[in-house]
Amino acid sequence: MAQVTAPKQPITVTAPKRSITRQMRNEWTAYAMQLPGLLLFAVFTVYAVGAAAYLSFTNYDPVARSGDFVGWANYRAVLHDGTWWAAMGHTLYFTLGTMIPSMVIGLGLASLLNSKIRGLSFYRTAFYLPAITPLVIATLLWKWLYNGDYGLINYYLLRLHIIDTPIQFLADARWAMPAVILMQIWLSIGFNMVVYLAGLQAIPAELYEAAEVDGATAWQRMRRITIPMLWPTTIFLLVFQTILGMQTFDQIFVMTSGGPPGPGGATTTVTYYIYLNAFQYLKMGKASALAWTLFLVVFALSLIQFRWYVKQVER
Amino acid sequence: MSTVAGGTEVKPSGVVPVPTVGKPARRRRLRPGTLATYIFLTAFAILFVAPFVYMVTLSFQPLGDMFSYPPHWIPLHPTVSNYSGFFTSDHPIGRWIFNSAFVSISITVLQLFFNSLLAYTFAKRKFPGRDFLFFLGLATLMLPSQVTLIPNYLILRGIPLFGGNNLAGFGGHGWLDSYWGLIAPNIGNPFAIFLLRQYMVQIPDEFIDAARVDGANHWRIYWKIVIPMSKPALAAVAIFTFQFQWQAFFGPLIILASRQLYTLPLGLALFEQGHRSVWNLIMAGSVVGALPLIIVFFIFQKQFVQGISLAGSKG
Repeated sequence: MAQVTAPKQPITVTAPKRSITRQMRNEWTAYAMQLPGLLLFAVFTVYAVGAAAYLSFTNYDPVARSGDFVGWANYRAVLHDGTWWAAMGHTLYFTLGTMIPSMVIGLGLASLLNSKIRGLSFYRTAFYLPAITPLVIATLLWKWLYNGDYGLINYYLLRLHIIDTPIQFLADARWAMPAVILMQIWLSIGFNMVVYLAGLQAIPAELYEAAEVDGATAWQRMRRITIPMLWPTTIFLLVFQTILGMQTFDQIFVMTSGGPPGPGGATTTVTYYIYLNAFQYLKMGKASALAWTLFLVVFALSLIQFRWYVKQVER
Repeated sequence: MSTVAGGTEVKPSGVVPVPTVGKPARRRRLRPGTLATYIFLTAFAILFVAPFVYMVTLSFQPLGDMFSYPPHWIPLHPTVSNYSGFFTSDHPIGRWIFNSAFVSISITVLQLFFNSLLAYTFAKRKFPGRDFLFFLGLATLMLPSQVTLIPNYLILRGIPLFGGNNLAGFGGHGWLDSYWGLIAPNIGNPFAIFLLRQYMVQIPDEFIDAARVDGANHWRIYWKIVIPMSKPALAAVAIFTFQFQWQAFFGPLIILASRQLYTLPLGLALFEQGHRSVWNLIMAGSVVGALPLIIVFFIFQKQFVQGISLAGSKG
């Protein structure tokens, strides 16, 4: 572009003007290309965020399609809502309980697969299979596996004499959440493994060769090379899994409906509780206040993770 | 770790270019440590795949056998009646599969088109407001989807002149309970835009300048140069979008009301909650519902793994 306009400039006086009109025309096509996407963004994100802020200060009733301004009442209600903070705890329990084991096992499997092993694609496919199962279908399947009367898990536990009577995993307040977590670990290991495998393959082999020359042990190589080099990958997975964990809904809806004993019970997550308030109890104002509270928590968590990341990189 | 040590041991003999030397070296590599690795990986793989095998097995058992105790891994009375019953039952399951396919393919195609346009302008065009818009889009990545959930529901309900609504958006259900409502809010995807943009930035400007000199307009540059050169990133976005949308549950749950419009995950989940005696159909439906993603994975395995490492490194 510069090559075309440059020789013209000294010849004609109108050159700068032309370049401005050309630039404007160029810009016009850029805006035209942005338009459809921007329109959707304006409606479903920008306007929606404003509406969510407004709704959180009203007692909007979706059936009457009207609501009054109530000030901070919804937020005060949220602060004193024990079920909400319990749901926060359940979500944290679920997120950490899933994230830590699935990342550790994922890293372990990835490093085993990264050594010169044959049948890499077979193992990778096997471990990744749960991750490509539609979530609702995986959950229905596990609901069957957990069943107290004919489920496979109770059958094997009984046969191995680990338990004497079947455990009603999903109807027992102590077992329901661990049961959902176990399924989720099974689901998410594959993704973590593939991401870690990519991270491992990106580490230059020279680093390991140099360490070997220096006589570093396997553990030292792991601690001094692998883990530091994988920090960006690890942070990516942490952030990703935290976001996913905060949105946990399908598993809960299908497997336990938030119980036992029922909605609001031992497996009620934040998203499930927001869903209950908005679409079952029809308190859309309060549900919006809940969502903003969640935003603050997620924002704080992201900040902590980010600062931690910066610290690790600086070291 | 012992494999690494073993690898260094055999290195000297491996240098000798005699084929017969290679064989003992390879056999030597299968030391107890390596063998343990294979056993461990295989055991893990079996554990990961077993629930699927069981699901497929169950889908070929009559309802009575499914509930029998002990459970059977090999069907006692193999039957395909669950599959035929699936399409003849009074639940329009064939229609659900069509709905899922139609909605997820539509979203994937529209996302690729609109988001790549946005990504291209963000990556290769210079226009006032570009950096601000890009930053705004990135900032929404931090926003939990729960915040915009309720407003978007209300926006869809208030779309004027649709679903019995008047010009002001009152009186009917708007885009709720329609394909529009399932598709429109899902077209914009900041993560896809970001991923594509990061990829397109790497395309050398020389290609674009050369095309400009040849008289190509921006639309042509986008379509003939940028799109073909971004294929790996586009493939990754397409695969992830399709995978994500095929299993979408929350959106369809709150948007849809009529059973004819259910997507497969929604249909299966509500099916299960309403009727306890249709587990044979659910298992058959689950196998059918899991197949598309497994097929997509096997066809695009390379792009899949590439895409994940792309997301991991860019994200």
